[in-house]
Amino acid sequence: MARMTMIEAIRSAMDVSMGRDDKVVVFGEDVGYFGGVFRCTQGLQQKYGVTRCFDAPINEAGIVGAAIGMAAYGLRPCVEIQFADYVYPAYDQIVSEAARIRYRSNGQFTCPIVVRMPTGGGIFGGQTHSQSPEALFTHVSGLKVVVPSNPHDAKGLLIAAIEDPDPVIFLEPKRLYNGPFDGHHDRPVTPWSKHPLGEVPADHFTVDLGQAVVRCPGGAVTVLTYGTMVHVAEAAAEESGIDAEVIDLRTLLPLDLDTIVASVKKTRRCVVVHEATLTSGFGAELTALVQEECFWHLEAPVARVAGYDTPYPHAQEWDYFPGPARVAEALSATMEA
Amino acid sequence: MSDTEPLRLHVPEPEVRPGDAPDFSHVPIPKAGSVPRPPVDVDPREIRDLAYSIIRVLNRSGNAVGPWAGLLNEDELRDGLRHMMTLRAFDARMQNAQRQGKTSFYMQHMGEEAVACAFRRAMEPGDMNFPTYRQAGLLIAGDYPMVEMMNQIFSNEADPLKGRQLPIMYSAKDHGFFSISGNLATQFIQAVGWAMASAISGDTRISAGWIGDGSTAESDFHAALVFASTYRAPVVLNIVNNQWAISTFQGIARGGSGTFAARGHGFGIPSLRVDGNDYLAVHAVAKWAVERARRNLGPTLIEHVTYRVGAHSTSDDPSAYRPKTESDAWPLGDPVIRLKNHLIKIGAWSDERHTQAEAEIMDEVVAAQREAEKHGTLHSGGKPSTRDMFEGVYATMPPHLRRQRQKAGV
Repeated sequence: MARMTMIEAIRSAMDVSMGRDDKVVVFGEDVGYFGGVFRCTQGLQQKYGVTRCFDAPINEAGIVGAAIGMAAYGLRPCVEIQFADYVYPAYDQIVSEAARIRYRSNGQFTCPIVVRMPTGGGIFGGQTHSQSPEALFTHVSGLKVVVPSNPHDAKGLLIAAIEDPDPVIFLEPKRLYNGPFDGHHDRPVTPWSKHPLGEVPADHFTVDLGQAVVRCPGGAVTVLTYGTMVHVAEAAAEESGIDAEVIDLRTLLPLDLDTIVASVKKTRRCVVVHEATLTSGFGAELTALVQEECFWHLEAPVARVAGYDTPYPHAQEWDYFPGPARVAEALSATMEA
Repeated sequence: MSDTEPLRLHVPEPEVRPGDAPDFSHVPIPKAGSVPRPPVDVDPREIRDLAYSIIRVLNRSGNAVGPWAGLLNEDELRDGLRHMMTLRAFDARMQNAQRQGKTSFYMQHMGEEAVACAFRRAMEPGDMNFPTYRQAGLLIAGDYPMVEMMNQIFSNEADPLKGRQLPIMYSAKDHGFFSISGNLATQFIQAVGWAMASAISGDTRISAGWIGDGSTAESDFHAALVFASTYRAPVVLNIVNNQWAISTFQGIARGGSGTFAARGHGFGIPSLRVDGNDYLAVHAVAKWAVERARRNLGPTLIEHVTYRVGAHSTSDDPSAYRPKTESDAWPLGDPVIRLKNHLIKIGAWSDERHTQAEAEIMDEVVAAQREAEKHGTLHSGGKPSTRDMFEGVYATMPPHLRRQRQKAGV
C-alpha cells in the first residue's frame, strides 16, 4: 500500500497498465513531455518512450478518432481530453463510432478505449472548466461511464477501464485531485494522505465496473450520488444528524441497480445528488428507476439536488454548487415528507 | 458613415443547372503521360505541381503512355476490367432489387468503378481500408463473396451484420475493409489512427482512408491531415472527387479554389491528383503512395478526379439539380470503356470477348442473388432474430439490457 493523491493514483493506474501490456498507449494535449496540465501522466513518456505516451494536436475529435483507429488495429489507447468541457468536438466520434463499432460490425471490430477527462466544478473554473457532462454519455448505448470519488477507486476503476473490452468514458472530478472536498469551501482542504481511501495498493488491482459501494451505511434515507458529491453528501448527513445511507455509484453505466434497490427498500426514502444541471441529468434516470423498482416501498417522493439549469457561473460558484446545506435541506424535507 | 458598398454574401453555383447544356470547359484535362513520376522518397516541396495537374496513363486512342504506365500485365488488366464490370452488374441488380422492395436502400458506383477496384490491387493482405459507402469495389476486387454483400443488403438471416446495419454499410475485417459508418468523414481520422498503431507496433502494414469531395468540409478531414502529417503515419488518404455531394456541386465544399489535393500542401503531405476513370493511372498512383507508406516515408494525399454518373442513392433524383446528360459530357469518359478499349488496342481483348464476359458476369451476379435470396430479403423469408438486436452492444450483456431483452420476450 502507498499513500496517493487522486492524481498519483490515476498516474499509477496508467503506469501499471503500460507496464503490463505494451498495447496500452497514452496520448492527449500536453500529456507527453510535460506530463499533463494536472500532472496525471508525469514521467510516463520518460519511462515508456514517445511512442507509448505522447503529445497530441489540439483536436479532440482527432484524439478520439485516432484512438478508435488504434483500437481497431488492436491497441488499447487511454486518451485524455484536457477538460470534460472540451469533449464536445469528439462527441461524434464517441457516440457515432466508439459506442457502436462492436454492434454495427457484429464484433468484427471492437473499441477498447478509455477517454479520461477532468470533470466537475468547485474550483472557480467558470463555464468551460466546471461542467459535468456525464448524462450526455449515459444516454449512449455501447458506452460505459465511470466517475471515481477517491484515489483507491480511481486507480482500481481506471485499470479496470483500460482492461475492459468496451469504450469507457472516465470522468475525474478535478476538485478531488488533491484531497476530498465536502463543499465547505471556506475551510482548509484536507489532503488525501489524511483520508483512508488515500491508501492505495502500489501494484495491479481493479475495482469492478458496474459495482456501487455503500460509502456510509444508514437506515433513514438513501443518497444516490457519485464523484465530489459523495463527500458533500457524507458531510450533509453528518451535519444534519440524519441517518443517511450514502451510495457511491462509481459506475453510472452500466448501473448497479441491485445495490440501489436493496438500500431504498430498506430506508424507504431516496435523495439523488449530482453537480450536473437538473433537467434530463443522470438524476432523472436514477429517480425513474427508483420509482419503478421501489414504488410500493417509498414513504416520500424521490428528491433531487443538482446544479441549476444554467451554465456554470464564475462569481456565483458557491450559490451554484450544490453544497452540504442544500443537500441537508433535501434530506430533512424528505424525512418530513 | 462608411463609404463602401454594402457587403454581399458569395454563394457558389455550378456552371449549369437542369435544362442547360452540360459544360466542363472549366475543367482543364492535361494530356495522358504528361505528368512526371517522381521517386517515392521525393521531397514533397518538389512535387507541389502534382496537386494541380491530373496523372493520366490512357490516352484518347487507348494507348498507355508516359512514366506512370507499364505496371500491370495483360492478365492483371483483364482482372481489373472484370472487377469493374462485376461491380457495375452488381449495382444494376441491387438497384433493381431496391425498386422491387427486396431492400430499403442502395447506392451505386456508376462511373467511379476504377477508383476502388484499381486501388485495392495496390494493397496487400493485412492492410486496412477505411472506406465510405461508395467503395464496394474494394470488396469486389478483393474477391469478397457477392453473396455475403447481398445478404447484408437484404438484411436476411445470413446477414453477417445480423440485420443491424443499413444496406451497403458492409464490414469485412478479413478483407481489410473497416466497418462503414453513416457518419461522414469519421473514418478518415480513424484510418490515420490505425496507421499510427501499426507504426507504434513496429508492423509493416499500412492503411488507407477514403472520403468524398463533399465530406472534405467535415472537421474530421482536417483532423486526419494534421495527425497524419504530425506523426508521419503510414496511410494513404484518398479523396474521391465525383463533383457532387448529393445535390451540392463540389464548389460548396470549396472545390475550384485550388484543388482538393492541394489541401495537403498546408500540412506538408505529398499530394497527387489522378484521373479517377483511368484504371492504370489510379493503380499506378496507389502503388506509389502505398510504397511510400510502407517504406515509412509517411502519408500521401490522392484526389481521384471522377464523376458520379448515377443518382446519389436510390432516394435521390439528380435531374432536379443537374442536366440529365451531364455525365455524357464528362471529359474523362467511362472507366470500363476506356480500359476495354486499351485491352483491345494491345490485342488482349475483343468486342466479342467483352460481350461474352458481360453475359458471364451477369450470370454470376444473378446466381449470387438467387443464393442470397434463399436466406430471405428485407420483407420476406429468413430474418435475423430479434434476440440479435440486443447482442453485441457490449462484449458482455449488462443487466439493464438483459432485462429489456426479457421484457421483449426474446
